[in-house]
Amino acid sequence: MTQQFYVSPEQLMKDRADFARKGIARGRSVVVISCADGIALVAENPSPSLHKIGEIYDKIAFAAVGKYNEFESLRQAGVRYADVRGYSYDREDVTARGLASVYAQSLGAVFTAEQKPFEVELAVAEVGSTQAEDHLYRLTFDGSIADEHSFVVMGGQAEKVSSAIDAGWQASLGFADAVRLALKGLTPAREGDQPAPALPPSALEVAVLDRLSESARGSRRAFRRLNDADITALLA
Amino acid sequence: MQESTANQVAANATSSFTEHLLRDRPELLPFNRSLQGGASAAAPIQVPHATTIVAMSYGGGVLMAGDRRATMGNVIASRHIEKVFPADHFSVLGIAGTAGIAIDLTRLFQVELEHYEKIEGTQLSLEGKANRLGAMIRGNLPMALQGLAVVPLFAGFDTSAGVGRLFSYDVTGGRYEEHEHHTVGSGSVFARGALKKLWRPNLTAAEALSVAVESLYDAADDDSATGGPDTVRQLWPVVYTVDRTGARRVPEAELAAASRNVIEARTVAGREA
Repeated sequence: MTQQFYVSPEQLMKDRADFARKGIARGRSVVVISCADGIALVAENPSPSLHKIGEIYDKIAFAAVGKYNEFESLRQAGVRYADVRGYSYDREDVTARGLASVYAQSLGAVFTAEQKPFEVELAVAEVGSTQAEDHLYRLTFDGSIADEHSFVVMGGQAEKVSSAIDAGWQASLGFADAVRLALKGLTPAREGDQPAPALPPSALEVAVLDRLSESARGSRRAFRRLNDADITALLA
Repeated sequence: MQESTANQVAANATSSFTEHLLRDRPELLPFNRSLQGGASAAAPIQVPHATTIVAMSYGGGVLMAGDRRATMGNVIASRHIEKVFPADHFSVLGIAGTAGIAIDLTRLFQVELEHYEKIEGTQLSLEGKANRLGAMIRGNLPMALQGLAVVPLFAGFDTSAGVGRLFSYDVTGGRYEEHEHHTVGSGSVFARGALKKLWRPNLTAAEALSVAVESLYDAADDDSATGGPDTVRQLWPVVYTVDRTGARRVPEAELAAASRNVIEARTVAGREA
């Protein structure tokens, strides 16, 4: 009979966290930026159908990095949570804070109780009527939750991307400038002085939450996914 | 073991909000509830009823209009009720029958379509939407047998075929595609008569609007449960058009003008019937 080795709880948690971090670091980065026009979500994603960015509710969007099956199940759970809540109370009563706290609890429960933690990192974004009312939450694999301002960067080179965006971020940015800034951060720096070639629209996934969707588009659903032509037009 | 896990995951994967509620929160469904105490057969309870809806195709789309009255027995329960709703970007539905259940069903149907769109990333086909609505009406059959029936009318723009289409339903959820025009509700026979004379192929959207307003006027003329245009309170029918660009609510000003035209023409004619 094999003897079960004693593993201290500290070691166990550390091993799990290292495992999850390694999985997340393999993925490409996702950037969520709050700006004057609303919130822009930009991901490097060559697949046109396997999305990393999704709509949750009227004003709320979701972005994730890591294992597709894991964050997709979390996204669907989020859509169900939001729709049930909006249906049983009112559409106004669905908030990013409520959703983020459900995500934090689920991720925390999986991290401690399951065989393996989720190798994902999530962002939940809610656009407000003014920039001060925007909410950006960042959730990590162990269920920790952080309330961020201005922008969130997740994924492999998060620190490098983050510092590039921090240098260029201003509250007054429009969508075009915000997406350009995100691209600048996402484009890997080339060795030497040569500027790296820009990512083509087909390698990008871009969506926005319009701050003024009601007046501009007559829709309470602020989420809008941009196709390749839209991205090209926006950046032109 | 592994196979059963896979089966379980597949069985739990649903893009339908109604199925999700049925599994996790059945108490939230508007139907799926039986009335307590069997008093229903003896004395049907008095609840507000929504009345007449008309829908028709025109060149480039479909139009749906509903009057603004709900009745409870011989009493007017509401003069302001709205009975035509956008279901999603490319479809609208109108409801006749028990107002409380109908409005909840409409809300459920709207969430159902949006939920599918968010989970799947694409819109449901128009046929798919029409079938979903039929299933919901069938779910309400036990309530319908107790006197709380809901009968919707569904219209949408079929983006793949490029035409506007109409669907009517019976209380058992039977779904029938209608051509040209259709009406439901207590004033529907009178509205139908008017439509038969006023409707013609390839109406423009503006002509279709005046045809709809006039047929509702005729329904209100002969059916006490249907409300006509109310010039005192400035209440006009609720009208939606759906075309290639999506569903659009006709603004109050256009409705006021169309209603006043009908009233004026009838006043000038000065006829009895």
